[in-house]
Amino acid sequence: MTIGLTHYLILAALLFCCGLFVMTTKRNAVGILIGVELVLNAACLNLVAFSRYRVGTIDGQIAALFIIVLAAAEAAVAIAIFVNYYRMLATIDADKGDELRG
Amino acid sequence: MSGEAIAFYMLAVLAAGSALGCVIATNIVRMALCLLGTLGAVALLYFLMAANFLGVIQLIVYAGGTLILIVFGIMVTSRMYGEKLKPRRSEALIGALVVLALFAGLVAILWRGPWVTVVPTEQPNSVAAIGQALLGTYLVPFELASVLLLAVMIGAAYLAQPAARNGRGTEREE
Amino acid sequence: MGSILRKVAFPIFLIGVAAIIVIAWVPALLYGTVDSMRDDLGRFYKWEPRGEHATLTLDNIRQYLEGSIAGQSAPAAHIRFGRSTAAACTYVLWLLQFRITRDVLAVVGVVGFVSLFAMFAIWWERKVAARMQSRLGPMRVGGWHGWAQSLADGIKLLQKEDIFIAGADPVLFRMAAYVAFIPALGLFIALPFSAAWIARDLDVGLIFILAMYGVGVLGVLIAGWASNNKWSMFGAMREACQMISYEIPLGFALLVPIMTVGTLRLTTIGDLQSGGFQTWLAFRNPFLLAAALIFFIAALASCKRAPFDLPEAESELVAGFHTEYSGFRWALFFFAEYAEMFAAGALAAILFFGAWYSPLPAAWGESWRHGPLWQQALHGVVFSGPLWLIGKGIFFVYVQMWLRWTLPRVRLDQVMYACVQVMLPLAMLVLLANTFWEWQVRDRSVLGTVANLVCTAVGAAAVLAIIGVGLYGFINRRRLVGTQVVKHLPGA
Repeated sequence: MTIGLTHYLILAALLFCCGLFVMTTKRNAVGILIGVELVLNAACLNLVAFSRYRVGTIDGQIAALFIIVLAAAEAAVAIAIFVNYYRMLATIDADKGDELRG
Repeated sequence: MSGEAIAFYMLAVLAAGSALGCVIATNIVRMALCLLGTLGAVALLYFLMAANFLGVIQLIVYAGGTLILIVFGIMVTSRMYGEKLKPRRSEALIGALVVLALFAGLVAILWRGPWVTVVPTEQPNSVAAIGQALLGTYLVPFELASVLLLAVMIGAAYLAQPAARNGRGTEREE
Repeated sequence: MGSILRKVAFPIFLIGVAAIIVIAWVPALLYGTVDSMRDDLGRFYKWEPRGEHATLTLDNIRQYLEGSIAGQSAPAAHIRFGRSTAAACTYVLWLLQFRITRDVLAVVGVVGFVSLFAMFAIWWERKVAARMQSRLGPMRVGGWHGWAQSLADGIKLLQKEDIFIAGADPVLFRMAAYVAFIPALGLFIALPFSAAWIARDLDVGLIFILAMYGVGVLGVLIAGWASNNKWSMFGAMREACQMISYEIPLGFALLVPIMTVGTLRLTTIGDLQSGGFQTWLAFRNPFLLAAALIFFIAALASCKRAPFDLPEAESELVAGFHTEYSGFRWALFFFAEYAEMFAAGALAAILFFGAWYSPLPAAWGESWRHGPLWQQALHGVVFSGPLWLIGKGIFFVYVQMWLRWTLPRVRLDQVMYACVQVMLPLAMLVLLANTFWEWQVRDRSVLGTVANLVCTAVGAAAVLAIIGVGLYGFINRRRLVGTQVVKHLPGA
């Protein structure tokens, strides 16, 4: 059968689930960020697939473009926070950052 | 099987395999390398979907910018033979169950979904079309994104500056 | 052994030159033949242009070549094929009509070109360095000026022990060399050697090449990290800093010609400069000339060449990120570096300096393009074609080497200062000025023409000066260099 919308959506679902798993289980903060990137990629893939096979315009591509830009911004801030975190706690384990707990 | 199908399946295997590699890998730099595989495969999938501009932007911004930033962050915060941050057994088990259930549900829905699709048409000049859309219909989000990027630049520079604002800061050269 | 090599050197050189000239136009000719054949047969059999029947069968081609189809036009009109030649050509042409064959050929060509060019460039760099220091450089292997030195080095590197250090990360250490090398190959996919000589004519070719530069850094970063060595790590970190910083002025400098021509497709950009020396983009207005300079400096930093070679500063970091590498993997890093150097030079040529066109207007040779075979071949050499692009690229590579052996290395903070506080504002200013120029000054206006003429004069003066200095050095080569060299120079 020809490659259609469903193929891309299932691939994106797989990427999303992998990203979700990485986000929830990894303890390294940078690992969590990598999970977020996977999820965002899955979303971009969905948008582009929909825009090609469902709508037929480039609006989905524009949305994906914004996602890529925002992901870059988010990664920059996150890395800055992680560097600070590492400086304060001497570890990158996300579970150790529980100082605000009562 | 058409050339497009062969290309799709190869890229899909690469993307999915790299994503699974991200899940399995315990070494954080290997995770980043796996992410590179996924990003590259997804970029090539964009090319396959005739979204050339997006594929290139994915490569230049994601793989050439964000991923390098991530590896940079890893280098600053992790040591090769430092503590291994393995996920806890129970967390991994519960997470795997939930995610597998979610994936099964998604596939079930997507497979049976009555998608009304259109026959994909080739955009004659997609780069120009994207440029016109960005400066036309999507002008406000475009400008907001630029303001956001400025804010992020200043914020990240402020956050990462090495001033010992906190008494607990461990003095460490970067 | 030595004497045999000495005897074969000159024939090999001649054969190489002849092969390059032949290779420069044969594929374009063959592809053109196949395409025109498809058009002809399509007209004859009344096919849809892109319909199912667009695939030619063996019989179609044989009949076509033998001239047994009525009403056909070129090229069989002036190439009469005998029965046996036609049978031999049939299979080749039949294969060439498929895109996948062309892709395979392109990949083979790119890999071959990159490895040959890297070997040539390594030998050449050693010669350039030596001559700049009044030395001789490699002289023994192969006889004529040590031309086989890189070949011998390559064989040595292949059989060298692949040292793998115990503390390194096994997977990443091996992968890193490939992660650095594959993007360097990949950028040649979108790099046109001439209008017909391109693996994939992407409508976003320019950004694709930039993206490949960006991805290549990742290999260096991972190599530095996986080596588990402080110096490798510092080298990799420097590389990442430098690369990410210099990509911004690089991008700004590239926006200037893009704004002028209004496309990202490299073949279109090249074709706009076919009208001779004064239509080259760098000479169109002063800001484009400035952008060309900024682009070249930023590309120098991106290729981690001196004076920006901080990532591999041997006085500070042993050898930087490739300290722990040996044998073939080490060679891969160098192949990648030289491939990127050539690509930077070729990109400068395509965007600013007339792409694959000679300084003569291409229109002068229009009659040759459709003439008999020898005229077509001559046209491919004199007026346009991959040889011109490769020549220009090699010239820019030479400039990079020249700078490397002339200028001292700068400090890391100076590199960063130069990027963020000098290059970036300059690039932005040039971009802004070019915007106003494109907006207000039209090409045909008086100011536009004057600017074009002045820039052309400056460019021509620069080219003539370089040729003049080169000639002066060549004529006075006995007087200028030390006595040691004179005894061994050719013809001495």
